[in-house]
Amino acid sequence: MTQIPIWAQLINLLAAVLLLLAFAMLAQRRVLTLINLFAAQGFALASSTAIVAFATHQPHLYWSVGLTLVLKVMLLPWLLHRLILKLDVKWDVEGLINIPTTMLLGIVLVVFAFNLALPISQLANTVTRATLGIAMASVMLAFLMMITRRKAIPQVIGFLAMENGLFFAATSATYGMPMVVELGIALDVLVAMLILGVFFFQIREQFDSLDLQHLEKLKE
Amino acid sequence: MSAAGFLSQLLQLAIALTLAPILVGWVNQCRAWLSNRSAPPLLQPYRMIRKLFHKDAVVAEHASWLFRMTPYIVFAAMALAAAIVPSLATDLPFARAADAIALVGLFALARVFGALAAMDIGTAFGSMGARREMFVGFLAEPALLMVLFTASLISGSTSLPTIVDTLAHREFAIYPSLAFAGVAFTMVSLAENARIPIDNPATHLELTMIHEAMLLEYSARHLALIEWASALKLFNYSCIGLALFLPFGIAEGSADWLAILGATPVLIVKLAVGGFALALIETLSAKLRIFRAPEFLGTAFLLAVLAMLVNLMLGS
Amino acid sequence: MIGALPLIVYAIVAWLAIGVLALVPTGGGFFGRSLFAAGALVGLAIAVMALTGIGDVPQAMVLPLGLPDLPFHLRLDALSAFFLVLLGAATAGISVYSAGYFHASENESPRLLCLQYHVFLAAMALVLIADDAYMFMVAWETMALSSFFLVTTDHVVPEIRRAGFLYLLIAHVGAMAILLCFGVMQGGSGDYTFGSMRSMVLPGAWPSIAFLLALAGFGAKAGLLPLHIWLPEAHPAAPSPVSALLSAVMLKTAIYGLLRVTFDLLNAQLWWWGVTALVLGLLTALFGVIYATVQVDMKRLLAYSSIENIGIIVAGIGLTILFKANGKILLASITLVATLYHALNHAFFKSLLFLATGSVLHSTRERSLGKLGGLIHRMPWVAWAALIGALAIAGLPPLNGFVSEWLLLQAFLFTPTLPQSFINMLVPLAAAALVLVAALGAYVMVKFYGVVFLGRPREAQLAYAHDAGHFERVALAWFAIGCVMLGLFPGTVIAVIDNVNTALIGATVGHAGDRWWMLAPISPERSSYSPLIVLVVIVAVVALTIQIVHRTYHGRVRSGPPWDCGFPMQTPRMQDTAEGFGQPIRQVFEAFFRIERVLPSPFDAKPQYRVTLSDHLWQWLYLPVVHGVEFMARFAGRIQQGRISIYLIYSFVTLLALLMFIR
Repeated sequence: MTQIPIWAQLINLLAAVLLLLAFAMLAQRRVLTLINLFAAQGFALASSTAIVAFATHQPHLYWSVGLTLVLKVMLLPWLLHRLILKLDVKWDVEGLINIPTTMLLGIVLVVFAFNLALPISQLANTVTRATLGIAMASVMLAFLMMITRRKAIPQVIGFLAMENGLFFAATSATYGMPMVVELGIALDVLVAMLILGVFFFQIREQFDSLDLQHLEKLKE
Repeated sequence: MSAAGFLSQLLQLAIALTLAPILVGWVNQCRAWLSNRSAPPLLQPYRMIRKLFHKDAVVAEHASWLFRMTPYIVFAAMALAAAIVPSLATDLPFARAADAIALVGLFALARVFGALAAMDIGTAFGSMGARREMFVGFLAEPALLMVLFTASLISGSTSLPTIVDTLAHREFAIYPSLAFAGVAFTMVSLAENARIPIDNPATHLELTMIHEAMLLEYSARHLALIEWASALKLFNYSCIGLALFLPFGIAEGSADWLAILGATPVLIVKLAVGGFALALIETLSAKLRIFRAPEFLGTAFLLAVLAMLVNLMLGS
Repeated sequence: MIGALPLIVYAIVAWLAIGVLALVPTGGGFFGRSLFAAGALVGLAIAVMALTGIGDVPQAMVLPLGLPDLPFHLRLDALSAFFLVLLGAATAGISVYSAGYFHASENESPRLLCLQYHVFLAAMALVLIADDAYMFMVAWETMALSSFFLVTTDHVVPEIRRAGFLYLLIAHVGAMAILLCFGVMQGGSGDYTFGSMRSMVLPGAWPSIAFLLALAGFGAKAGLLPLHIWLPEAHPAAPSPVSALLSAVMLKTAIYGLLRVTFDLLNAQLWWWGVTALVLGLLTALFGVIYATVQVDMKRLLAYSSIENIGIIVAGIGLTILFKANGKILLASITLVATLYHALNHAFFKSLLFLATGSVLHSTRERSLGKLGGLIHRMPWVAWAALIGALAIAGLPPLNGFVSEWLLLQAFLFTPTLPQSFINMLVPLAAAALVLVAALGAYVMVKFYGVVFLGRPREAQLAYAHDAGHFERVALAWFAIGCVMLGLFPGTVIAVIDNVNTALIGATVGHAGDRWWMLAPISPERSSYSPLIVLVVIVAVVALTIQIVHRTYHGRVRSGPPWDCGFPMQTPRMQDTAEGFGQPIRQVFEAFFRIERVLPSPFDAKPQYRVTLSDHLWQWLYLPVVHGVEFMARFAGRIQQGRISIYLIYSFVTLLALLMFIR
């Protein structure tokens, strides 16, 4: 086995941590812990971006690190925390399917994502190409979380976590996107978050609950 | 296989047998400190074992020979496991007799005998304890095996000394799969050693017991042996964890006496840190309802499987 | 010197002769007993002959029997010899047991039973040495029919008749698939000898079709999902020695058939066959073990456990195919050894447990787990033997069940060297499933042993239970010692099985057989396991501890009432029942079962709680088929007018149509 450089190994490790956190979010019932896990995921993402920036000498990536730290580790979790306090929704999140089944589905998704990524990552020539599968798996797990959750806030966290996975794929597998794209995405996330926040209040006004099953009544 | 190997083998076994109750005492002390109680002395488990050995034993009327033999069998299984798990050195002649899979088999042997002995009395609590113990075991055992498999995929061997040698020799190579395996292993160890999220070792209420419910009928020397075996189990699990995830400082290969002597304080320091971490986890978490246990353990199991998958993904 | 094959044929004839002798009317039970004992000797002789002949070159012979121009071909190679050893060894024990069992039971026609029993044995042996499809099918059908009569020994009970019918039905569905499989494999040559099939290279998709037909046909006999449905019905219905024969030996003939077709008759294997068999086997194993945990009848529990073990064996075959198809000959040989080892182990521990349930049944007339308990005090011999069997089947070191599981897990760990990355990813999942099955197997056995033998007797009449008779004890000891020996000396056993490897895979395991006291496939650095050392150390530590404790501390042992938690009215009924012990698993795997609950209302004076578990597959697979058949039968019934002239018109029209057709 050829020795891969230490920074690439660190990125592999952070990729694993990212996936681990995605799984932890999938298995988590409590909203507060969910937000903390999301913040931790953001931190892992920022660290891996910083390592890529340092190793490949791309100073513009530091901007993206800062953006991630500010936005995903501080601002969004803080907003979510406040939202929870305001809406008083600290309840446990019961999923549509029970946790072990969800996890089992998660494993199947991981196998699927790894197999999907294998031929793609063999085309790439970066050292950390193997992390592409993990990034894809995180995206899919976040998607699965959105599907299986009944309440609005975990769904939003799932959406944000999905974006984390995409971002990670971009930075670690291909060493970063152009700055403009990153800024655009960051702005998108922020705006989406704000709009969703407004929606939460509206939904609760309307139904006295954030249970999305109430929205099913709106079909006619 | 050398004479030095046999000696280091015996030394390691002796250290395991003596240190195991102290480890339990240390964890209890840390738990007491963390919850602002005054701590029992470090050697309290020893005193208890000694006291129990001197007492007259009471055996339930309906008990068969299985009930009386079980403490000895459980103790023997744990002692053999302590001889196999590399804690001080990796030059262990006994370790050839049983690899990682056989080690899990030994733990299962002890568990099955414990459960059978609990059912032997024929009380509601005994059979409840046996059922719960097997219930916890049926997910914890595969999870432990999967953790060990991850390590053996990295080292290409299921023999514990070889695994530890490989892991200790890595040149700053980070194995991300070990992150998953580590989390899974921690969860399994908590469950297997009757620790807090799954079971409470300090409980006195029969209905919430798992491990303790199985021991309700044991007294005197039988109980002493079982307590000692439980301590050995905790010691073994700690040593497996240390060997897999923090193998530094262990005496590798056919090491000399100096290396083994040097490895001993390192082991003690690592165990102390590990014991404190265990106490910290126990203090910070709440006991789960019994039917949340499969979720907890299922998560551990799936994380361990995921560790193997990640290993394959990143290794290819 | 005369070869092993003719001797084995003589032995089979001897079995048939014993069966016919049983019909000679004489008085006294001694005659019947000695017949079964003689059958046991014949079985032992077959095992010994096959064992000595296993390393020889294949021997073949042609029997001057059968149809004109279609003689019976026989052949003895390593694979046949291995399964004959299994058959002989298992039969020897079961026949000795039968000598005691059928003597003691007041059966209405033990003579007829003795005939059916020995015909069954002879048919199974013939299946194993048949060398043409004709002979194979004749023996196979004789086996099915004679075992059908054995299963329905107590045919006065309607459930048993129903079980027998189901068994016969699935057996014939399977036989049809096997017949078609042979039809495909003769490849249009019209030559149905196995020799010609071996040399035939089938074009295109035909080998795959043959494999799938074989998997379906032999799978039906072995109890593979979804054709397992007869197994949990038929095994409990039969008398216990017959259950043991069915489970220990007959299921293995199906495994033999699958191996014969896949590795011997078909020239090349494709990797996806392996995946199919692996997935199917693991699903079967998981299904079997989960159902076994919730059973309340001890023989049904063992029957489901047989499904589990067959699943493990088929998964092993799948992995072997996977390795062989990818050219990993050495790994394939290790996997095949593990598979065959497990088949042999299963023959021993499952016979042991079925026979133990037979003794319990005899002594207590009770099969329901909820009404047993505490038998370790009343039946020490049976309890000892059953303990060894239960520990062995639970896969605990140093007994035999662990060895085969250990080998199979080693094989799984080798898999990441396969070229198909997709399979490399599946393998951790498969290994996880296998380990889960093994752990649940231990759960099942703790439940079985704990509820039957430990605790206090749940019913008053259990206090009069008596231990097994002499014949039964000999049989139980035979199997218990077998379990221990197979566990302690894996090197020797593997050296024997290696002959099969040479024949089927073309490689030997090599290192593993080197040392008789240690198992180390590939190399000792890679993995090693020595059951003998494990046992010696455990026994030594136990003895030493007992000595030290007794020398040093002189505390007395008194007996007293158990701790009652301040509640004085503890009765034996408060122990866990079989339902209670299985309840957590039922709760976790709720989706696997079709659960019907009857809950009492809180105001009920005599509340009754009932829960029935059934198989989803009945609902999803079998009932639709039944409805379909019924619908077609009704449709066909419409043309049945009952008037003779109408039937004559049908015949006449058919005749005219045929004449038109061949014009």
